Amino acid sequence: MSATADTARRSDLRTDTRTLIALGAGLIVTLWMASQIEMNLFMAFVAWALIAVRTIFHENTWVRRLTAVAFLVWAIFLPFFHDSGAGFIEDATLALAYTVMALGLNIIVGFAGLLDLGFVAFYALGALTSGWFMSGFFVHAGGGKGWSFLVGEPASNLPGLHINFLLVIVIAVVVTTIAGMLIGLPTLRLRGDYIAIVTLAFGEIVGRIVINGDEIKLGSVPLFGQPLESAFGNGATLTNGRQGITPIDKINLPFVEPFSGLELRPWYFVALALVVLVLFVNYRLRDSRLGRAWIALREDEVAAASMGVPLVKTKLMAYGTGAAFGGMAGVFLGSYLNTVNADQFQFSFSIFVLSMVILGGLGSIEGVMIGAVVLTFINFNLIPDVFNNYPQKIGLDFDLTELSFGIFGFLLVIMMVLRPEGLLPERRRQIELRSGIGDTELGGGETIEEVRA
Amino acid sequence: MPLRRNTWDRVRGYIGEYGLIAVLLIMPVVYGIQDLSDDGSLARLGNNIVDGLSNGAIWALVALGYTLVYGIIELINFAHGEVFMIGSLVSAGFFGTIGLTAASGVGGLVLGLLVTLILAMLASGALNVMIERVAYRPLRNAPKLAPLITAIGFSFILQNVGILWISGSPRGIPDLIRAQKELFNIAGVSISQGDVLAIAAAVPLVFLLTTFISQSRLGRAMRATAQDPEAARLMGINVDTTISLTFLLGGIMAGAAGLIYALYQTTIWFLQGFQAGLIAFTAAVMGGIGNLWGAVLGGVIIGIIQQISDNRIGGQWTPAIVFAYLVLVMVFRPQGLLGEQTREAG
Repeated sequence: MSATADTARRSDLRTDTRTLIALGAGLIVTLWMASQIEMNLFMAFVAWALIAVRTIFHENTWVRRLTAVAFLVWAIFLPFFHDSGAGFIEDATLALAYTVMALGLNIIVGFAGLLDLGFVAFYALGALTSGWFMSGFFVHAGGGKGWSFLVGEPASNLPGLHINFLLVIVIAVVVTTIAGMLIGLPTLRLRGDYIAIVTLAFGEIVGRIVINGDEIKLGSVPLFGQPLESAFGNGATLTNGRQGITPIDKINLPFVEPFSGLELRPWYFVALALVVLVLFVNYRLRDSRLGRAWIALREDEVAAASMGVPLVKTKLMAYGTGAAFGGMAGVFLGSYLNTVNADQFQFSFSIFVLSMVILGGLGSIEGVMIGAVVLTFINFNLIPDVFNNYPQKIGLDFDLTELSFGIFGFLLVIMMVLRPEGLLPERRRQIELRSGIGDTELGGGETIEEVRA
Repeated sequence: MPLRRNTWDRVRGYIGEYGLIAVLLIMPVVYGIQDLSDDGSLARLGNNIVDGLSNGAIWALVALGYTLVYGIIELINFAHGEVFMIGSLVSAGFFGTIGLTAASGVGGLVLGLLVTLILAMLASGALNVMIERVAYRPLRNAPKLAPLITAIGFSFILQNVGILWISGSPRGIPDLIRAQKELFNIAGVSISQGDVLAIAAAVPLVFLLTTFISQSRLGRAMRATAQDPEAARLMGINVDTTISLTFLLGGIMAGAAGLIYALYQTTIWFLQGFQAGLIAFTAAVMGGIGNLWGAVLGGVIIGIIQQISDNRIGGQWTPAIVFAYLVLVMVFRPQGLLGEQTREAG
């Protein structure tokens, strides 16, 4: 652990050669990438400069706060440098929505150390909530005339249920928090990779229910059949199966123009607001009593329990909070993508979000944000638009889009073997994850316990 | 009130002991009674069970790989399903290479299939050893999260290899053994050539494997390493080689299962491994992870549940039902039917 002691002794300024080379290389990569994804070069340069300042003065609290504020200002001005119709802003909005999702998963996996491979379940539930309450899906609701609450024209005149976006977010948060706790309950007695498998199984079950939901008549649900039938109309089904629910209402907020699919700046700002909210909650939770309990739990469950950390409550809170963020992002994505399609909710989505968390650094809030933004752009811009025909250029007969998840798989393996703490690690997690890697010998008093634990 | 508590404890004990068995018996018993009242014979249930047995034989072979690896290094080899899938693709590719078609003669067919079997086994075994070397060995002493994540990563990489190899959609392959042709019929229960092949191929393999592990020197080394790696090393066992051997054996079984699956289903797909992997993992946990015969038992049970569900409830719900069983088993009886209490079970 002498390396750790060195890090601790290092002074305020981080000006060693490696950092400077990394920053220089970072500038070239940033500007090149920005030109590839049609981002404004000036804004890309500003982003790089902020990161550089943040890295060099990394131990100065005031610099950290100022750069955080500067980043927020930068993010607010970003859309005005780009075309509002499509292109960069479209992907940037997606990136923000995925950031919300990744920050949610980071609470479960990064803070509490519970590997959740079924995060897609919460995305599915959030998106479904938007499908139920913000579309014409329940055609016969309200006697065929539809029912609306706090929404403007034209949605208020259409059949189906139409509820204000903010209220639907609240509903989704409640639904997904309960779902997260329900999924968490059976895993309480389990440890390690068994948790991963049980959550994975739940994710797959939810996915299956969404795909086959058009066979489930709400009227035939035991106990609640009659009231559900009367609330949502005759013959209402749980989902629309593979056909998906579309269109979903656009976001409709008080005091602003109704959103449209052609003008993307308002969407970007809503997503940014969600990210800021989630970030605030994340930072406050991390430094709270609950956050410390999560970290204690992650490091040693038995020790945490004997120190008086209530295991059940702490774990369920982690699942619930993480799930709530997933649901929030789900509602936004439902409305933004204008469809809730069963094929969106596959296992690979859980891995996509998990890759963001791992790339950025398990437990590191800044890192996870970077991971989410980088992977969203890789997945939705670089792979399909920029590098898609590269294999053909060198004489291979396939498109890169076919391989996107292979690329993520490769990324997971490389990150775990070479830099398990992620791009921007959290100090404490780094020490935990670094221990024992590359140490191939089985044996030694402490390590053997880790193998078994 | 000690008496009441005793009774309650005893009830709980019975639930713990026989609850899983009761849950597993629900589906066959309910549908058996329904069949008897509908048309007075159990032929339909019998057909389900025969199909389930042959499917279960394939899952059992895959589950053995999970159980072997988990037994020795307590890792869920998430990429194991993909190793099985690659076994299928290698077999299907080799049929084309040596020109094996449905019209080949019996002698050529048997010889060709034997060569394919050996090739598929070697390919899958070597692949599994390679995965261990690259993705698991460097992380052997890291927190358990790390190797599980590399395992998932490798699973995606191999799926993409599958996509590049046979494209993203399922591909039909020649029905070499006329899998659906009825061989004989006992009281309305039809037994097809595919059923016979699956069971005839799986049973000797399972016996060979269990004999190897219980009788041979290397098998003894494996059991010793599983019990206590450090003590095994002090006794002069090369732990790294032993772990590689475990992965080799698991891969060999998966490769054989891949060939049988390809012949039985006559369709191959890059996603077949993901499904099969989760089903086989369920089987391994259900039987008691780390226990070879448990994996076989679990495989057969899952196979039967799957067939009953496919036939009665509808194939689109089958994965959800299998996963529901997975959750039930993991939560209420993590040690499985034949297994010991493990650390994971807490």
